[in-house]
Amino acid sequence: MARNASVQTKVGFTVLAWTVALLLFSPILWTIVTAFKTEAEAIATPPTFLPLTFTLDNFGDVQDRSDYIKHAWNSILVSVGSTLLGLVIAIPAAWSMAFAPTKRTKDILMWMLSTKMMPAVGVLIPIYLIFRDLRLLDTVHGLTIIMTLINLPIIIWMLYTYFKEIPVDILEAARMDGAELWNEIVHVLVPMAIPGIASTLLLNVILAWNEAFWTITLTSGRAGTLTAFISSFSSPQGLFLAKLSAASLLAIAPILLLGWFSQKQLVRGLTFGAVK
Amino acid sequence: MGSITLEHVNKSFGEVEIIPDISLEIEDGEFVVFVGPSGCGKSTLLRLIAGLEDTTSGHIKLDGEDVTGAPPARRGLAMVFQSYALYPHMSVRDNIAFPLKMAKMPQAEIDKKVEYAARTLNLGSYLDRRPRALSGGQRQRVAIGRAIVREPKAFLFDEPLSNLDAALRVNMRLEITELHQQLKTTMIYVTHDQVEAMTMADRIVVLNAGNVEQFGSPLELYKRPANRFVAGFIGSPKMNFVDGPEAEKHNAHSIGVRPEHFTLSTTAGAGQWAGTVNVAEQLGSDTFLHVEVEGLGLMTVRTDGEQTFRHGDKVYLTPDANRIYRFDAAGLALQD
Ligand SMILES: Nc1ncnc2c1ncn2[C@@H]1O[C@H](COP(=O)(O)OP(=O)(O)OP(=O)(O)O)[C@@H](O)[C@H]1O
Ligand SMILES: [Mg+2]
Repeated sequence: MARNASVQTKVGFTVLAWTVALLLFSPILWTIVTAFKTEAEAIATPPTFLPLTFTLDNFGDVQDRSDYIKHAWNSILVSVGSTLLGLVIAIPAAWSMAFAPTKRTKDILMWMLSTKMMPAVGVLIPIYLIFRDLRLLDTVHGLTIIMTLINLPIIIWMLYTYFKEIPVDILEAARMDGAELWNEIVHVLVPMAIPGIASTLLLNVILAWNEAFWTITLTSGRAGTLTAFISSFSSPQGLFLAKLSAASLLAIAPILLLGWFSQKQLVRGLTFGAVK
Repeated sequence: MGSITLEHVNKSFGEVEIIPDISLEIEDGEFVVFVGPSGCGKSTLLRLIAGLEDTTSGHIKLDGEDVTGAPPARRGLAMVFQSYALYPHMSVRDNIAFPLKMAKMPQAEIDKKVEYAARTLNLGSYLDRRPRALSGGQRQRVAIGRAIVREPKAFLFDEPLSNLDAALRVNMRLEITELHQQLKTTMIYVTHDQVEAMTMADRIVVLNAGNVEQFGSPLELYKRPANRFVAGFIGSPKMNFVDGPEAEKHNAHSIGVRPEHFTLSTTAGAGQWAGTVNVAEQLGSDTFLHVEVEGLGLMTVRTDGEQTFRHGDKVYLTPDANRIYRFDAAGLALQD
């Protein structure tokens, strides 16, 4: 029986699993450790693993040079703002696709998804020109708009999948009970879809937080987010590994914490349809 | 008030015509049952009245006012669904209060009405539970409570009892009938159970393939079915039909005899038709005999439960001459 696997097999698999996990995690671990080293030690050969001289100077330098707080604030504004804006557009869209489908609904869903298959650089020039002419370059609201548009297909798809699980009878009951569309969505659909909406929200905050292509190309100083902040440290003026690591750590820490605290919700939401 | 008028209502889903042309007049305070085989369009017709589906053509009027294009929320009707369709995220109290909240009623008045509905339906001790913590029968009561608090113009029921077990079904059937007597509000009730139809209805609409076969009181349908379909559908067990020479003796294309309209004898020759008992279903009060009649085929005969029958017993049947139903070639009932 497979369940009575010998002790050796169990130990073997455990070691293997840990090895793979550590291998995958090692770059992040390396970044974390390096952030606390001096610049000299960061490039020392042979490299040290734990810092010989533990220092927090890198974090101070990083804040002085590039204003971490401002970038972090921009990241929060853009990721949360674009997700909320996306939800406001996507909830009615997913409602209509799930509960009032037409012959073309499936095609529209596929078409929306297909936009995600296109490489972003493909539309770089037109978007850049539009942003320049509308004076949206290097603005937080411009970035929020583009981030909303980028993630909208995913938000709609996810919500559509969750909404499909909700029995249409219950929405019809609400209509019979005198609920107009707005009340039907606010009092019945949304509360019933809270787990799905929460997962969608979390995933999209994470995606928007980590998005680098558009945030780097469409911002310079004012509206830069944390991804732009990291990239500013890998500039050719000289590679400061320890500072780059400190910057990266500062940039990913909030989202890692968010992911860590919400992992139950994320997993539950992402497997919502599968388990039922 | 709650009179409902359908004028030449037609409904198609894409190319498929589900309801070709229905006109009906339902009077205020009536209990009307839509009955018919599965897929005949009962639910569709009910949903058209509710406003959950749009008519393809034709008009629907409530109290004389044309509501054909009006959304369900504006029609002032209440519906009880087969699946109960309670709001799972709300307590029983909030479920019942929901339509009142939508009507923007003051909270004090809402509380009063919810308490009253809960008392009427014996829901008092469940008010703070979620629907998932209720049994099927309790859920159905909550669904009815949610429907009555708003004092709608009419109630629409779509097979509300079909998810309940047999005993509970009989109970709820009585409760709904009592509710109707108490409220005197128009009710339209969809079922494919003809016992429910016969026992609850003031008038029954028999539907078949999207057409009204007959609209009349239960006894009218039983005594004077308009055609073979209604004759076969109303009455339990089903009417027996005979074609051919035996029917021609009565100047008809086919004749029908209900199982309860036979005189049964075991004395040789003491009957018009001779047959052999195939299966005897003994219910105690009655016995249903499935008799293989020579030259005519299988017939169901109802007899009292006094005598026992066995497979292979010889019996002699005489149809009650005054209660033979006659039909023409198109299946329409022939008048005497
Ligand atoms: N939304 C729809 N799209 C296409 N066809 C539909 C739709 N709803 C119902 N139909 C079809 O209309 C016909 C009538 O359906 P309806 O649900 O009214 O039947 P019913 O008499 O209520 O049957 P049952 O007793 O099984 O509930 C069926 O053939 C069904 O397949
Ligand atoms: Mg139905």
